[in-house]
Amino acid sequence: MSWSSGSDFFAMGGYALYVWGSYAVTAGLILLEVVMLILRRRNALASLPEGRGEAGPR
Amino acid sequence: MSQPSLVIGNINWFKYASPQTFFPLAGAMIPWFAWAGAVFCAAGLYIGFFVAPTDQQQGEAYRIIFIHVPAAWMSMFIYLVMAFWAGVGLVFNTRLSGMMASALAPTGALFTFLALWTGALWGKPTWGTWWVWDARLTSELILLFLYFGFMALQAAIDDPRRADRAGAVLALVGAVNIPIIYFSVQWWNTLHQGASVSLAAAPTMAATMLTGMLLMALAAWMYSIAASLHRVRSIILERERGADWVAHYARSLSEFTPTNS
Repeated sequence: MSWSSGSDFFAMGGYALYVWGSYAVTAGLILLEVVMLILRRRNALASLPEGRGEAGPR
Repeated sequence: MSQPSLVIGNINWFKYASPQTFFPLAGAMIPWFAWAGAVFCAAGLYIGFFVAPTDQQQGEAYRIIFIHVPAAWMSMFIYLVMAFWAGVGLVFNTRLSGMMASALAPTGALFTFLALWTGALWGKPTWGTWWVWDARLTSELILLFLYFGFMALQAAIDDPRRADRAGAVLALVGAVNIPIIYFSVQWWNTLHQGASVSLAAAPTMAATMLTGMLLMALAAWMYSIAASLHRVRSIILERERGADWVAHYARSLSEFTPTNS
């Protein structure tokens, strides 16, 4: 292992901004996509016509 | 229009091209791919941060590779799969193919952006610049615009089948950009380094670095499959909302969960 302590790990050998900037944005955007996926499914289900009789367009 | 059939070995392969048949199949596959992705990601991050050694030239900055290379691979591969399904939809006029292409685009755009973002954050400490108009970087940026163009074109056309066909033409024409990205580091001698991993040559990186990177690439694959299957199910619900089986499905959900989650 390359780290002797927790702060050593977070310092990333002086490249903390670049390394953690990469990982944080990746994690954030993937989380955002998961939230958008869940919302899209929820909206798709919510906009379904209740019965065939009152179906909207299409 | 009658349902097309492609019978090989007594199986009609178009059976699974029906949104109604594919919907539950996709739903059953999502948890498996999601969990596999989570496990590969945890293993990849552990090896990437706690087993792989410090790079002699780049120090710890190289650890961006565990995101950058998998994201760049996925950005190109998802585009090829998207163009493939778009092309299948054009040729066989199967509805599900176009839906699959639409479902892949946002995830492909996400990984393209991440490849560019992590590339910029890696370029600054190693090259001294966030961005150069290098052949590899420029063609990857064009890929991002192709994804955006595909999504904007589809969003601009109301009729889903027409949107599928217009998007398919754009996706297929844009596919020429993929070999340009891939071979750009050989064709033009610019700043971006050559391929990190080659099937033809012995690996140039430490085995633990390579293992971490491949695990993260597997995680990206599993995540992409789970995300696009989840999205295609929403697209099926949106486009088939008038169908009886969709009404049955919605009713079966509300029976088990009164809040209709």
